[in-house]
Order: sequence, then C-alpha cells, then structure tokens
Amino acid sequence: MEHQITCINCPVGCRMTVTVEDGKVTSVTGNTCKRGVAYAEQECVAPQRMVTAVVTVTGRKTPVSVKTRTPIPKVKIFECMKQLAATEITAPVHMGDVVCANVCGTGVDVIATKNVD
Amino acid sequence: MLSPELRSQVKYVDVLVIGAGPAGMAAAIAAKEAGVHNLLVLEREQNMGGILRQCIHNGFGLHRFKEELTGPEYAQRDIDKVKELGIEVRTGTTVLSIDEDRFVTAISREYGVQMFEAGAIILAMGCRERPRGALATPGTRCAGVYSAGTAQKFVNLEGYMPGKRCVILGSGDIGLIMARRMTLQGAKVLACVELMPYSSGLNRNIVQCLQDYDIPLYLSHTVIDIQGKERLSGVTVAEVDSNRQPIPGTEKHFDCDTLLLSVGLIPENELTEMANVEMSTLTSGAIVDDSLQTSKEGIFACGNVLHVHDLVDFVSAESFKAGKAAAEYVQGKKREGKYVNLKDGNGVRGVVPQKLLVPDGEAETVQIMFRPAGVYKNATVRVMDGEREVAKLKKLIFTPGEMAELNLKPEVIKGLSGGDVTIQIEQ
Repeated sequence: MEHQITCINCPVGCRMTVTVEDGKVTSVTGNTCKRGVAYAEQECVAPQRMVTAVVTVTGRKTPVSVKTRTPIPKVKIFECMKQLAATEITAPVHMGDVVCANVCGTGVDVIATKNVD
Repeated sequence: MLSPELRSQVKYVDVLVIGAGPAGMAAAIAAKEAGVHNLLVLEREQNMGGILRQCIHNGFGLHRFKEELTGPEYAQRDIDKVKELGIEVRTGTTVLSIDEDRFVTAISREYGVQMFEAGAIILAMGCRERPRGALATPGTRCAGVYSAGTAQKFVNLEGYMPGKRCVILGSGDIGLIMARRMTLQGAKVLACVELMPYSSGLNRNIVQCLQDYDIPLYLSHTVIDIQGKERLSGVTVAEVDSNRQPIPGTEKHFDCDTLLLSVGLIPENELTEMANVEMSTLTSGAIVDDSLQTSKEGIFACGNVLHVHDLVDFVSAESFKAGKAAAEYVQGKKREGKYVNLKDGNGVRGVVPQKLLVPDGEAETVQIMFRPAGVYKNATVRVMDGEREVAKLKKLIFTPGEMAELNLKPEVIKGLSGGDVTIQIEQ
C-alpha cells in the first residue's frame, strides 16, 4: 500500500511516498535526509502521538494539566481522552504523579505536568 | 518632583526585572548568578511562568534541556531555580510607569503603590495577541469570537470550553494547537483559514493538529463576514487574490458558534515607550545592541517583548544574555568600542540586535536573529560589510515561520570596517 506523508522533522517538510507491504516499509521516496526514512517507518506502520490534556481536581475550580509519559498509538487518542474525561484526582498533585496508570491498556501512564497544592 | 516623605519610600534595587515569564525568570537567574543580590522581579499575574502555564502541549525544551517538555514543566524548572536562588518575586504586581532615569512605580494588593529606583531594568513583558479590531473584518459584534490564546486559557487553565463548532482564522502555531485541543475536548473544528499562500506554523503542527483530525486548511483564504445576533451563528470565507483581496464567487459558508483568531503577536511595549526607548518598526520591539541594551543606558530588553520568538528555548537563551549584561552594567564593567548598525537587506525582516559593538578589546561571538520575509529554497544568507561578504549561511529552506539565526565570530566582528552591515537572502 502507498502512503503520501509530510515529514515533520524540519521546516523543509518533504512530501514522501511510502510503500508498505505486509506491515513493513519497502520503499521511501521524496525524502531529503535519512530522518525522513525513520519517520516514515514509524508513521506508516505504527503511528504514535503524545497526548496532553487536563483532568479535574476534586473540589477545585481549575483542572490540572497532564500528559502521556511517552507517545501512545495514534488510534488510541480518543479512547484516552474519554478515560481522562472520566478521571478525577485529589489535591495535592505533584508534577510527575501518575494520574491514570496504563491508560487504555497501552502500558503508558498519564502523569501530571504541574503542581496543585 | 517627589516630596521628602515620598522620596524616603523609594526602594533602590540593583536590577529590576519586569515580567516573570520565561524571559524574566531566565534574566533574573542570570543576573543573580552573575553576582547581583539586590534583585527584584515584578509580575502582573498571580503566578510565575507567563504564557507557558497555558501551553499544556509538549515540544518545549528540546534545545535547552535536550528533552521534550510541556509548557508547565518547562516553566517549573525556572520557577524552581528562581526559588532555589532566593530571588525575590512580587506577583500580582502591575508596573504603572518607568522612565529613562529608571524610576519605576508599581501597584499590588499586598504592597500598595511601590516606587523603585533601579540600577538596571530588564524589560521582559512578553507579547499579546492581535485582536479582532486590528483585522477590520466586517460583521456583527456577537459573542463567540476569541483570540486563540484566550480560548487556550479557558480550556487549559480554567476548564471551560468556549464553543462546540469552530472555525480558526490564521494558521500560526497557536491556532493549529487550538484546532487539536478543541477537537480532543469534543468540539468540531470545521476549518483553518489562512490569508497567506503558506502557513507560518510548523510542519509538525500541520500534520499532528490538522491532518490527524481531517481538519481542512484553506490557504489564500480569509473570513470576509461574521454573522450572529447574540452568539456567533456563522462565518463566510472566501479565497483571496495575490493582493490578498477576496475573489467574488469563491465564498463558502460555515455554520459555527466560535471563531478563533490566531493572527499574530505584538510585543507589549507600552512601558518601554514611556522610557522613551528607541523602537523598531520592523520588530515592534526596542532597538538593542548585542548586549540587549536599549537606546537608554541601563535598560535592557529580552524575549517576546523584544521580538516575537517561535521557541521558548531561544527566549531563555536571549534572556540569560540580557541578565548577565545587566549585571555587568551595574557592576560597572564598561563596554568600550565603536558601534556598527545591522540592517535588513533583501528578504530579511527585523534583524536583532540592530547595533553591534566592535570592542576595543577582545570580541565574543554574537548571534544575530531575523525573520525571512518569504519562503526561500536553497538559499544563502549573506552578511555584507558594505560590498564585502563577511559571513554566510546556506539552508535548504528559509520560511517566515522559522526565525533564522547566524553567528558572527570574534575575528569577523574585529574585522568590520565600521560602516553599516547588511543581512540579505539570495535564492
């Protein structure tokens, strides 16, 4: 299968044509440097994204910002958001605290990115 | 003139920093580390951190910390450092005036009206968003039109959603980030509309904020009408010609309750102007030399109040320089030499610094920054001392969305003739 993607590594933004066969990248064209190939191999086989959001703090008017510790599969983004919308945590919260362990079975924790006293 | 009673209330500080966003915090840290102990930071908001507080997305700190942080995490590192160094910060404090003699008045609930005399001032007030009023878009004055940053503050800091069906005007990074943010929070983002034939946002954001969610990007389009009685009910979008004028017959209508504007940032320089600091019409910030000193001795500027940056990492780097330079100024270290002017040439807009000291003693490497005026592929930036090329930089692409930087080495600076130096792009 052929994919048309834009490389995100730098402002050149190479338009690349990527061929995938049996879950493996077999050819990449249109790239200027090798970073394009690495990106294509990730993006066309198992695309991943960091998810950042906010989570309700019980009894507080303002939420706490959170992130997935590492990127998660792109297809899980909305499921992850849904789980976070249903999550509440209690203060105090410290940066790095786990807000939601193993979110949507990805093996990745969602952690707080700020302190709430 | 102050009465003797008031005079006695004026507090002297060696270095006064205005603003505790990333620029102000970095400047204060650098001044303290350079040996300034009588140091004060004034911040209008209740918390340190500035705009980073509401930028909950990741992508900050790759240059400075070699890791990818969210805005609040990046800010926290500087907040921790400011606290660790014991730097005094007065939050909830609005500066009312400054003058060229470095007399400052400020007000807060906690301390009332405060007067300061400063050995040096560092201006780090940041920038604000260009508002609807600056666009002259026809239509009604209904609710539902927000700047993208205002919407970001609502969603990320206060937990409110500003709308359900949204159009975004402008494709700068804040607009793109908000397109994704609104989508993830359950809103439908119908379109991102950009007047120019290119986006000024990063490719990464176009892919991950628009393409990931199938949000169409309309280049060379603009909003030509805003409809709605109390709340916004829709906008009309049209394609524009090469003179940015709407082309009749290309109109599209969108039913929406929210229009977010991401149409540029303007350095917030009201205080700077009060001190009669010489301003640049190109950057909308102060004219500075390579030590970040303005035309008024002892007044320095750094970060987005000086020129709008793309990356906070570069704001911090610039502000460390300003903090160190302000410390050296109050410590009486004189910079002797002759100034040359750095001028914008073909394809270049807003070179900073605008003045460069050719020192009598040893020179140090100086970084110059500027914004390309358009998209240039396989191009070369040339630094010209009159007719003589003294430095150059080749790149595959220069775009207005990415600030370019170039280092002038000590031997280049020492060898300058003393006439104007021009920076230009050749394709």
